[in-house]
Amino acid sequence: MTPDNTAPADNTGDARSDKKPLLAARDLVQEFIAREAGGARGGVVQAVSSVSFDIMPGETLGVVGETGSGKSTLARAVLQAPRPKSGSVVFRDMELTKLRGSALLSARRDMQFVWQDPFGSLDPKWQVRSIVEEPLAAHSVGTRQSRRKRAEELLDLVGLDPARYGKRHSRELSGGQAQRVAIARAVALEPSLLICDEAVSSLDVLIQAQVLNLFERLRRELNLSYLFIAHDLALVKQVSDRVAVMYLGKFCEIGPGESVYKQPLHPYTKALLDSIPSTEPGAARATATLRGEPPSPINPPSGCRFRTRCPRAADRCASEVPQPRELAPGHLVACHFPLTEPAPAAAAAASVPTSAQAQAQG
Amino acid sequence: MSNALLEVEDLRVAFAAGGREIRAVDGVSYTVEPGRTLAIIGESGSGKTVGCRAIMGLLPVGTVISGSARLNGTELIGLSDSQLRKHRGSDMAMVFQDPARSLNPTMQVGKQITEAIRTHRKVGKSEARDQAIELLRLVRIPAPERRFSEYPHQLSGGMRQRVVIAMALACRPKLLIADEATTALDVTTQAQIMELLLELQRDLDMALIFISHDLGLAASYADEVVVMYAGKVVEQAPAKRLFGTGGTVKMRYTRALLDAIPHLERPAHAELPVVTGRPPDPSALPVGCSFAPRCPSAADDCTAKAPALAEHAPGHRWACWHPCENGATA
Repeated sequence: MTPDNTAPADNTGDARSDKKPLLAARDLVQEFIAREAGGARGGVVQAVSSVSFDIMPGETLGVVGETGSGKSTLARAVLQAPRPKSGSVVFRDMELTKLRGSALLSARRDMQFVWQDPFGSLDPKWQVRSIVEEPLAAHSVGTRQSRRKRAEELLDLVGLDPARYGKRHSRELSGGQAQRVAIARAVALEPSLLICDEAVSSLDVLIQAQVLNLFERLRRELNLSYLFIAHDLALVKQVSDRVAVMYLGKFCEIGPGESVYKQPLHPYTKALLDSIPSTEPGAARATATLRGEPPSPINPPSGCRFRTRCPRAADRCASEVPQPRELAPGHLVACHFPLTEPAPAAAAAASVPTSAQAQAQG
Repeated sequence: MSNALLEVEDLRVAFAAGGREIRAVDGVSYTVEPGRTLAIIGESGSGKTVGCRAIMGLLPVGTVISGSARLNGTELIGLSDSQLRKHRGSDMAMVFQDPARSLNPTMQVGKQITEAIRTHRKVGKSEARDQAIELLRLVRIPAPERRFSEYPHQLSGGMRQRVVIAMALACRPKLLIADEATTALDVTTQAQIMELLLELQRDLDMALIFISHDLGLAASYADEVVVMYAGKVVEQAPAKRLFGTGGTVKMRYTRALLDAIPHLERPAHAELPVVTGRPPDPSALPVGCSFAPRCPSAADDCTAKAPALAEHAPGHRWACWHPCENGATA
């Protein structure tokens, strides 16, 4: 989703619009072939469907969505692992989709990532300090001794005592410690962009708070930008300057965090917000406003992909794909009937007459 | 508490590991009444799961369990495995975090439910099938007849967890323990499953224990909350007393858990209030309060002597020498 391809930087609605984005993704499409039993071609899953966004230097873009919304595929498409089917990713003025081999490797040096499962991304046979050192060695940074020293500094940076943890193996670490090691390795090459895919989701809440504060500190100290992907809306709000909401491969809403959460424009965003458990007992018990599950991405609904679960869906939603519209500064929504506008008159009556009548009678 | 369904008293669980004794659960007591929901909250390793597994008889051989857990007056601790098996599944059932691990990937989900039914009851195959379809309907799975013959991989995570809940409910247990049953699910699915559990609880008059690390979930759904730290209960109170406006959290630890939850009101990039450090090594617990090394208001008496859990206000127990004033932020 982008307001205008010619002036893509004006997404935040602030004075940074004259700066160039660090990362500019345009019309990213990623497809996979779904196989049925025996390997027969079962259809094409468009996991990411024409997604565009910018990330400014020092900015954090949060992406929220349910399982299967394509948010992890989006992160991988940005990394070119695997390469997207179509679209462009411009990172520091380099078109990543056109780079090959060592050129791509060196471009990725400035773009690091942290995945959900820290143990899955740490070699169990390696000592912690070697793990942190590896990217330095891979890019031939410094001498063996300077690399070792740098690894110790990095462990210190993420709050692990190098003397105590440097020679341990990943299995001797707790989940939070292992994730810190993964983060130390990710920032070893002083990247300008850190892609975090559910990076704190598996951690206990107290450790999660520590790691989130670490991310904030690194953002300030290293001027890092983040593409922060998570399913937890409150978490994403906490760390992000701007937030995008993803559903079935498309962004349905993107805008400044405060704006998206205070004045959600898309019915899906509203439903997600209503699902967050409240710490106010009884008063605001989360009501499962969203029934059912996302439809299959192999055969997504026509028009708006959310319409099959949307309480406001009308005929137009089935026939016409909603295009992103900027309804507030930097705040875009892809919806025919955003929440700031009255619900379509025909919606309730036309789509669910029986249940509406039943409710009226009951 | 004569009307309690489950009475747990001074439950202790110890493992031997590398010649050292690990006291995973160290004197835990609580009761659950029919139709009520108890939330057991704590970090990884706090003993919340181990305690419930001890009640269910799901711990490995060699675990030393002492204390008492009475279900409907029947003492469960010390029962032989075959005696426990009669209760497990029929009187009490447990649902785990990862539904994929609870299901056999090579077996139709409906068959797995009929298996659960026929293990405990003498019913014919076709009758068991009807009951299984009824159970799938009970957990709000659309088109249950069709879903019956599907395999776990054909279902979404939320649907799988519904199937696991259907299996757990096969014999209409009086007590259902949900161990992080919604943790792996999306927030919208989590809300759906929690609503389902509460509806089922109401309809079947079950007692529900849910184990979670998420105090927000406890605030939203529980009647009673037990907060565990390093194998001990550190605070226990009705949810209404702990949370919300006028909430009176007394333990710094509970406060810290509550403060660490990301919430929408906090501005972006705000520093989260954190407690440093990690829970203590369960084989080398400190002499005094286990939380003292991480506690912002720890004093000399905290490291000298462990505070006992005591009822300081009606229905509200805590174990702290220096409790928070009126639930003030630490």
